[in-house]
Amino acid sequence: MTVTVPPTPVLILGARSDIALAAAHRFAQAGHPLHLVARHPERLETDRTDLQLRHDVPVTLHNLDLLDTAAHGPFLDSLPTLPGVTICAVGLMGEQAENEADPTRAAEILRSNFEAPALLLGAIANRYEAAGKGTIVGISSVAGERGRATNYIYGSAKAGFTAFLSGLRNRLAKKGVHVVTVLPGFVATRMTAGMDLPAKLTAQPAELGEAIFRAVDRRRNVIYVRPIWQLVMAIIRNIPEPVFKRLKL
Amino acid sequence: MILSGWGRYPRLDVTVTSPRAEGDLRAALATGPVIARGNGRAYGDSAINPRLTLDMRGMNRMLAFDPASGQLTAEAGVTLDAVINSFLPRGWFPMVTPGTRYVTLGGMIAADVHGKNHHRDGAFGTCLDWVEVMGQDGIPRRASLTKNDDLFRATLGGMGLTGIITRAAFRLRPVETAWIRQRTIPTPDLDATIEAFETHADATYSVAWIDCLTRGAGLGRSVVTLGEHATRADLPPSMRPAALALPPRRRLRVPMDAPAAALNRHTVRAFNHLYHRRATAQAGEAFVGWEEYFYPLDAILDWNRIYGRRGFVQYQCVLPPATARAGLRTLIDRIAEAGQASFLAVLKRMGPEGLGQIGFPMEGYTLALDFPASPDALALLPALDDIVLAHSGRFYLAKDARLPATTLHRADPRLQGFRATREAAGQARHFASHQSERLGL
Ligand SMILES: Cc1cc2nc3c(=O)[nH]c(=O)nc-3n(C[C@H](O)[C@H](O)[C@H](O)COP(=O)(O)OP(=O)(O)OC[C@H]3O[C@@H](n4cnc5c(N)ncnc54)[C@H](O)[C@@H]3O)c2cc1C
Ligand SMILES: NC(=O)c1ccc[n+]([C@@H]2O[C@H](COP(=O)([O-])OP(=O)(O)OC[C@H]3O[C@@H](n4cnc5c(N)ncnc54)[C@H](OP(=O)(O)O)[C@@H]3O)[C@@H](O)[C@H]2O)c1
Repeated sequence: MTVTVPPTPVLILGARSDIALAAAHRFAQAGHPLHLVARHPERLETDRTDLQLRHDVPVTLHNLDLLDTAAHGPFLDSLPTLPGVTICAVGLMGEQAENEADPTRAAEILRSNFEAPALLLGAIANRYEAAGKGTIVGISSVAGERGRATNYIYGSAKAGFTAFLSGLRNRLAKKGVHVVTVLPGFVATRMTAGMDLPAKLTAQPAELGEAIFRAVDRRRNVIYVRPIWQLVMAIIRNIPEPVFKRLKL
Repeated sequence: MILSGWGRYPRLDVTVTSPRAEGDLRAALATGPVIARGNGRAYGDSAINPRLTLDMRGMNRMLAFDPASGQLTAEAGVTLDAVINSFLPRGWFPMVTPGTRYVTLGGMIAADVHGKNHHRDGAFGTCLDWVEVMGQDGIPRRASLTKNDDLFRATLGGMGLTGIITRAAFRLRPVETAWIRQRTIPTPDLDATIEAFETHADATYSVAWIDCLTRGAGLGRSVVTLGEHATRADLPPSMRPAALALPPRRRLRVPMDAPAAALNRHTVRAFNHLYHRRATAQAGEAFVGWEEYFYPLDAILDWNRIYGRRGFVQYQCVLPPATARAGLRTLIDRIAEAGQASFLAVLKRMGPEGLGQIGFPMEGYTLALDFPASPDALALLPALDDIVLAHSGRFYLAKDARLPATTLHRADPRLQGFRATREAAGQARHFASHQSERLGL
């Protein structure tokens, strides 16, 4: 198979995430220059060197806290060109018990998974619309498919983010701009380190990297990683509410 | 979790952690004895400590490359596969490579691996400029031939027992193409095989596949292959534009454990026969791609499953020049007599001993075989051990899963000194593998 994606720069938000880095490697392997965005981007210096050495592509680091929404516009203006692909891996899970008890923390979870990524991607989408091209990849979660007692603050924010991506795709479908929604199940990353996850349902970051690359290449709309999750979530979505509300999930 | 080496024997219940930064290593060290693990390609129990095994593959970044010298600096968990993928298209290839590219830098250093060019270039130590080793105090120390050279020599070939290798700098060799000019020489018996190695001592690469089931006149018949990196000018003009690229090849995967009977003396004998006949028909020169030449087994992912559930053991020894001929003859005769099918039997001429305090290679001939981990085969191995001892040979720890400590120490007096070094440096209490405990290393 030949790689058909032209090597346009790729903007990666939340670049310190293992999933984001795996995607960075996959796109760099295909020759794409990278702009990596993170808080304290100096922590990514070694990864930047690694990406450059391995794949012989330029990689730049950018400082942005997505919660600082006033900084979004100036940040986009500071980029030398408008990157053809944007991938957003920003997210924050927290602990459900703490999220329930502390409204400040809950707000932070809601904003980090929904408001902040949505506002920045919305601003990028407007620029893509004007340019008549561009691809946005939003990493949401299966946790947004149905609220569960153990994870619903995070889950509801992801639900909002999924709906936002869906609307964006619908709005821009005829404008040459494509939106990919990524719905991972479990992924073995820093976020889930130490959790006891079932091996068959748990993807490695590299699988996400590959899946995201292919989804962009093939203009897929919504992808589950480890396809089994599509089935699992279909079942979970279809459990009648009177039964669901009694389940421990 | 259940963990094993590449031979899938023995299998042990092990706690594994995946450190991502030096702080994680320090935290792990504070809990008690550990062993570092690379990509698990050692065949036996070298990279297993049931109490705590550190999976180093998460620390795998490339840190610097100097195109003037070909020196690459990287974290220990980087795989050779990644190095080749990145640097072969830019005209660089490993100076020394084992027969699989799915190994880590740390694993190559810890076993001081050798390749098909050992007789000329030596083992991995020849291209290793420095290594950084974290001792029990949690401090990484840089060691080279000019600084901390004791630590350097003990770590090279030291099977992870001197500390955790965190990063290293090693040199790649410049190549003009990704192709090998291969010459195939079928030989009718052991004398001719040895003769072929000695005649072609100046070849960059040499190795033989050897038939270990034939006795009598044809004992030791082999297919010797020699190799040189092809230059651009060597290649036919049509191949020159993409000289450094190879089309991606399809990989096969062994989907499940083969039934235990799939590999037996009959199937292996048939394979050996066909292989030898084909090689005789194709004797001469050919251009072979780097993957096919260096890593034929890597084309079949998970090939270790062809031995079935019970797993298999590798057996690798090296015999000095003076006794090699007689020793090899006795070994092969014994194996053939037992009718134990070794699917892969590889013979290679080795050059002088390297820099490692207990490194495996030494001048002579090394024979590597594999056997199913069946009661019959395991019962044969002590007889082979005795033959190796009687011919002043030594054993390769990276392949071992079953040697008795007494046999190993009789074969290699350097190990006592190594143990003493480890005691003196306080490493013995902090770095241990299932193998080091079994063998008193
Ligand atoms: C198909 C095949 C062909 C092979 N061919 C050859 C060959 O031609 N020549 C040859 O020499 N070998 C050969 N080998 C053996 C292999 O090269 C060695 O066993 C090598 O050490 C494996 O590297 P690894 O990264 O998988 O290490 P592991 O198998 O995980 O570990 C091997 C040893 O290295 C130590 N180690 C690993 N990482 C570190 C670290 N970061 N710090 C400290 N210690 C560490 C471990 O403790 C252990 O003792 C072959 C193996 C296979 C499966
Ligand atoms: N792991 C899973 O099982 C799983 C499953 C489904 C979905 N996901 C989603 O996948 C994405 C990546 O997650 P991950 O598993 O790789 O975990 P992760 O390492 O926690 O990644 C999340 C990243 O978002 C960044 N981030 C959070 N808030 C930010 C802000 N305000 N500004 C800038 N960056 C911010 C974090 O940066 P810092 O390093 O600065 O904290 C972190 O790098 C997330 O959206 C997550 O929800 C993960």
